[in-house]
Amino acid sequence: MSLLTDKATTHTDPSSLASGAAVPDVSRGARKTSFDVADFPVPHGREEDWRFTPVDRLSGLFTDHPTDGLGTGSEAASVTVQAPDEVLVSTLAPGDAPRGTALVPADRAAVVASAQTEKALHLTIPAEAELAEPVRLTVTGHGAGRRSNGHCVIEAKHHSKAMVIVTHEGSADHTGNLEVIVGDGADLTVVTLQQWDDDANHLGQHDALVGNSATYKHIAVTLGGAIVRINSNVRYAGSGGDATLLGVYFADAGQHLEHRSFVDHNAPHCTSHVTYKGALQGQSAHTVWVGDVLIRAEAEGIETYEQNRNLVLTDGARADSVPNLEIETGEIIGAGHASSTGRFDDEQLFYLQARGIPERDARRLVVRGFFADVVSKIRVPEVVDAVMEAIEIELSQATE
Amino acid sequence: MTTLEIRDLHVSVEIENGTKEILKGVNLTVKSGETHAIMGPNGSGKSTLAYSVAGHPKYTVTSGTVTLDGENVLAMTVDQRARAGLFLAMQYPVEVPGVTVSNFLRTAKTAIDGEAPKLRHWVKDVKVAMSNLRMDAEFAERNVNEGFSGGEKKRHEILQMELLHPKMAILDETDSGLDVDALRVVSEGVNRAKESTDVGVLLITHYTRILRYIKPDFVHVFVDGRVAEEGGRELADRLEEEGYDRFLKVQA
Ligand SMILES: Nc1ncnc2c1ncn2[C@@H]1O[C@H](COP(=O)(O)OP(=O)(O)O)[C@@H](O)[C@H]1O
Ligand SMILES: [Mg+2]
Repeated sequence: MSLLTDKATTHTDPSSLASGAAVPDVSRGARKTSFDVADFPVPHGREEDWRFTPVDRLSGLFTDHPTDGLGTGSEAASVTVQAPDEVLVSTLAPGDAPRGTALVPADRAAVVASAQTEKALHLTIPAEAELAEPVRLTVTGHGAGRRSNGHCVIEAKHHSKAMVIVTHEGSADHTGNLEVIVGDGADLTVVTLQQWDDDANHLGQHDALVGNSATYKHIAVTLGGAIVRINSNVRYAGSGGDATLLGVYFADAGQHLEHRSFVDHNAPHCTSHVTYKGALQGQSAHTVWVGDVLIRAEAEGIETYEQNRNLVLTDGARADSVPNLEIETGEIIGAGHASSTGRFDDEQLFYLQARGIPERDARRLVVRGFFADVVSKIRVPEVVDAVMEAIEIELSQATE
Repeated sequence: MTTLEIRDLHVSVEIENGTKEILKGVNLTVKSGETHAIMGPNGSGKSTLAYSVAGHPKYTVTSGTVTLDGENVLAMTVDQRARAGLFLAMQYPVEVPGVTVSNFLRTAKTAIDGEAPKLRHWVKDVKVAMSNLRMDAEFAERNVNEGFSGGEKKRHEILQMELLHPKMAILDETDSGLDVDALRVVSEGVNRAKESTDVGVLLITHYTRILRYIKPDFVHVFVDGRVAEEGGRELADRLEEEGYDRFLKVQA
């Protein structure tokens, strides 16, 4: 086995410094999950999983309330589905399998959203179907501060190949649970785009159960919203599964963008690769990345690597980056992590300007270069284009 | 015909407890087609001179002038200086992650010329220049200076000099860290640029060995932030034999 660590961290959680990555007191695998709202009190902010999040501004998402305007035809958020003909679109009540097989709520927001969603959207990609076009879900918020609960179950049956793109826009206080079941040998990509207005709040638990020799890719692109927190989690239903979790985020003044991932290596011969990259600019722009990986005793022959890189473009922004790696077996191929938070490098700027490139263009070149490797891993042209365009817009706003 | 004129240049840097003067009145005139060698011991301020002319923000010009054909270089931004025709081959070229050499070269060329180069010619020019410098074609797809060996970094600097056609090039210890073969290849690149564009060259070096390949018209000995002695090529030969001791003793 090889253990790789690479640390050039400025804002790292101090507790993670001792041995490279922190090993929490209690195993990550022991954290509570439940369908019962009573099991999760409203967080006060000192809990391990909420300690970076401005919970005081999220009270509207923690109450056990239904979606604002439910059943009136003018709900707080509307969802449109655009899917190729082969895809079955239906709904699932709580307790109707497969709802609840991949996702059990792991925090207060997820549990109330789950309890308050009577009809979860259920998308089924039939066995061996290869979708020529992506399935598109668009979640549109219809008012800042209006409460919205959502739960969506995506089931990719065995040996299917598909992509689902979920776009979030407008404004609401939205909690969206996404439950993903990737069948044996299936290949599923889920893209979640956070293109909210500035006053939207969004919490989401995205849990995937990855089948035998299945391939799962989760791509989070977070640009808009006031507070956004996406938890992308993976477990395996058999051996040989491959999971790739990617994230790109760009935080401006006042934004809190948080990404957490938990890869539970509970099966042998699986792989996981986690790469999140973010840029920050403006007063009190705040980003958080917490990457948990648990390699259980039964997870022999697995390979995992997780990394987070942050590029701080201006003073007053803060990036927290916390990798946690827990290893219960040495019989693995490799496990590593890297985390770094760096300031924009003025020497790079000088070098490019010394070749005639104006400062503004030079800055763009550096920032685009920073994102280049994670963007190249996305491999979905329309998502890549959207990301690059968004980065351009963010940068042009910065220099105006 | 272009003239770079440096007059009584004084430059300081900020240090922990105040400022430190590094350049203490530098005078130098370089014209198109001329090659000036600046030789001096480590720490004498050679790189400071190069960076100050290029406009590095760390260095503060406290007095003196730098002009290019009469234009006030010191009033220009770093990129304006480059577009005015100044080029600095750096002693320690900077890594730019995620930006490929080919993208970088094209962006720089476009900025310098004020328009994008004609694609077909450009691709060919880059190919030829790279092959002349014994650079592998795959080099173009690597990220700027990332993981480059010392020799590759220097070749890449001279590649830019050949492609960007500056009027005045300052080469800061381009010879350091090069083995004999690489030194010859890099020197040939500089000589090609001299022949094809009549570029004026300010060649900063600690050792005389590069002067076997690039023949200087003038040699300036740089000591403690100013030019201590000037002469022709023969001065370099003398330095080769005697080293810098003579100047350092005077100083002490
Ligand atoms: N940014 C800086 N901060 C403090 N001292 C500097 C800085 N840059 C250069 N110096 C000092 O100025 C002197 C000249 O440095 P430099 O120009 O690099 O010399 P050379 O290139 O001739 O070796 C040295 O004493 C060096 O330590
Ligand atoms: Mg030097």
